[in-house]
Amino acid sequence: MIATLVPLVVLVPLFAAALTLVLGRRARPQRIVAALALTTVLAISVVLLIGVDQQGAVVVEAGNWPTPFGIVLVVDRLAALMLVVSSLVLLAVLVFSIGQGLADGDDETPVSIYYPTYLILTTGVMVAFIAGDLFNLYVGFEILLVASYVLITLGGTQARIRAGVTYVIVSLLSSILFLAAIGMIYGALGTVNLAQVADRMSELPIDVQIVLHVMLLAAFGIKAAVFPLSFWLPDSYPSAPAPVTAAFAGLLTKIGVYAIIRAETVIFPTPELNPALMVVALLTMVVGALGAVAQADIKRILSFTLVSHIGYMILGVALGTVAGTAAAIYYIVHHIVVQTTLFLAAGLVEREAGSTSITRIGGLLASAPLVAVLFFIPALSLGGIPPFSGFIGKLGLFEATAEQGDALAYVLIGAGALVSLLTLYALVRVWNLAFWRPAADVEGDESRLLRAVEEAPDSPATLAETRATPRLMTLSTVGMVAVGLSLTVFAGPLYGLADRAAQGLDGSSDYIELVLPGATTGEGE
Amino acid sequence: MTVSLVLVVIMAALIACGVYLLLERSLTRVVLGFLLMGNGVNLLILIMGGRSGFAPIYDDDLDPAQYNDPLPQALILTAIVITFAVSAFLLALIYRSWRLANADDLTDDADDVALRQGTVAMPAEEVALDANDTDFPAEASR
Repeated sequence: MIATLVPLVVLVPLFAAALTLVLGRRARPQRIVAALALTTVLAISVVLLIGVDQQGAVVVEAGNWPTPFGIVLVVDRLAALMLVVSSLVLLAVLVFSIGQGLADGDDETPVSIYYPTYLILTTGVMVAFIAGDLFNLYVGFEILLVASYVLITLGGTQARIRAGVTYVIVSLLSSILFLAAIGMIYGALGTVNLAQVADRMSELPIDVQIVLHVMLLAAFGIKAAVFPLSFWLPDSYPSAPAPVTAAFAGLLTKIGVYAIIRAETVIFPTPELNPALMVVALLTMVVGALGAVAQADIKRILSFTLVSHIGYMILGVALGTVAGTAAAIYYIVHHIVVQTTLFLAAGLVEREAGSTSITRIGGLLASAPLVAVLFFIPALSLGGIPPFSGFIGKLGLFEATAEQGDALAYVLIGAGALVSLLTLYALVRVWNLAFWRPAADVEGDESRLLRAVEEAPDSPATLAETRATPRLMTLSTVGMVAVGLSLTVFAGPLYGLADRAAQGLDGSSDYIELVLPGATTGEGE
Repeated sequence: MTVSLVLVVIMAALIACGVYLLLERSLTRVVLGFLLMGNGVNLLILIMGGRSGFAPIYDDDLDPAQYNDPLPQALILTAIVITFAVSAFLLALIYRSWRLANADDLTDDADDVALRQGTVAMPAEEVALDANDTDFPAEASR
């Protein structure tokens, strides 16, 4: 019964994308179709998560082709959890962008292309999560990347084209690396099915394994923005439209992390590269946080904290234990929600103040108290202040790291604590300058609105300019903050779920047995 | 597994030229580099398919071992389609970039430059096309 639902998470957004494309310039039906499609996907994902958690993972053979030959879709607890969180975030961002589009009269972004592309992005995300073979994972990545190329250059202004070019080229390079890795894995093992790859990998000589492992990690590392492959992210994300940045920041890098988790737990459960991954995690955390401290634009600060917090997730994966993976999974869920909320809040700030540069804005606490609250709560959560979810995630990670108990582990715990302080410092700086500082203190303060009001207080143009932030934008941000708070309230059950998901990933044997019942190591061709 | 040496040499040359071109700042060269590398990787997958053989269309008289492995070819077809779509998008992007800036070079990030110089970046002005900085004066005057 549940199995029939699995393909729907891909098909519903795909057909909705086609429908919105046909609807072309009729904005209202487009919005309704897009919102309905994402709500449906969210509902299906929730049903899948509940079903999978109670009855175990679901394997679907597309077109009834038997497993090693056909395309296989696998939904285990990790995939189902990611489906729920990502469809929730995608829906919230869609509502935000509908609100923004309604207010801006859709003159800046070509509306006829936004919704179809956004739904295609959703399709790609869903394919990547439920893919049961490497090539299907590659196709999922490509679907979401191509959609993201269009979204990041939306409107085609000079700044976006410039940022888009960097993003597109770096993503292409990672795709080519991934494709080459798939080709080499096929050459070495004669299959691209994840379970079969996992089953046969241990027969390969260790040096060949390491080459394949490093190639896959490099390809996924670029997508996940792991240092030293993270330079492209703070360059390209901030210039996209606010809702697009929010969706990208929340989801796209986490899909890279998801792929790394799959690679580390299913294909290469052996610990050869774990110390190297830990060092990479350390550098990602520290370099990202230092970058965040130096920046003067809210979106860029958030982009750098995004990079730095990828390091925490990599740390959890690098431990190679059930506790580490569980902590990483909880941290991914927390980070998707909180980072998206912060970018949505930054979008609200941009709307209220006309800029996101903290040297040019001030006094937001007085002029927009609700926005201030909506920024403050996720900021504290990201900085790891108890009792918010960021604290719980970091606590879980540090406990799992301490279990390992060697010097490197304690260095990482120290660095993790330091980085969470640096994150807090960067965000408090935003708070002090943009929200707390009186607007009069801003050097050369020339707010667009103020000028307009002074020049022509009662003209219709001024009134249109000073209209309130659309309710839908605020509403979706409030919703995301509430989801973030619920991660704290329901941390127990959620952490339990993450733990069960991680236990299902302990070693590759469970996954192989699930997809290829009866296969034993060493059978081969 | 025996492999044709010619294919390996061609693949290596394609990928090497592709990497070289990808490192350029000129976007047109980057596109060419991407195309070369994409084709190089497609060749890699083809090589990984093993020895050559008959087309895998079922025939009673043929021993199954004489068929070619069809899966890598299916993978390559998919990869070619993706490369095609992405290069079309890239060309559109370059065309747009050229029309806006009259150059196809990749410029540094404005915020990065500002940070290096210790100044504050001003947000990029939305440049309207004017007759002086585009090759399409007719369109700019519209």
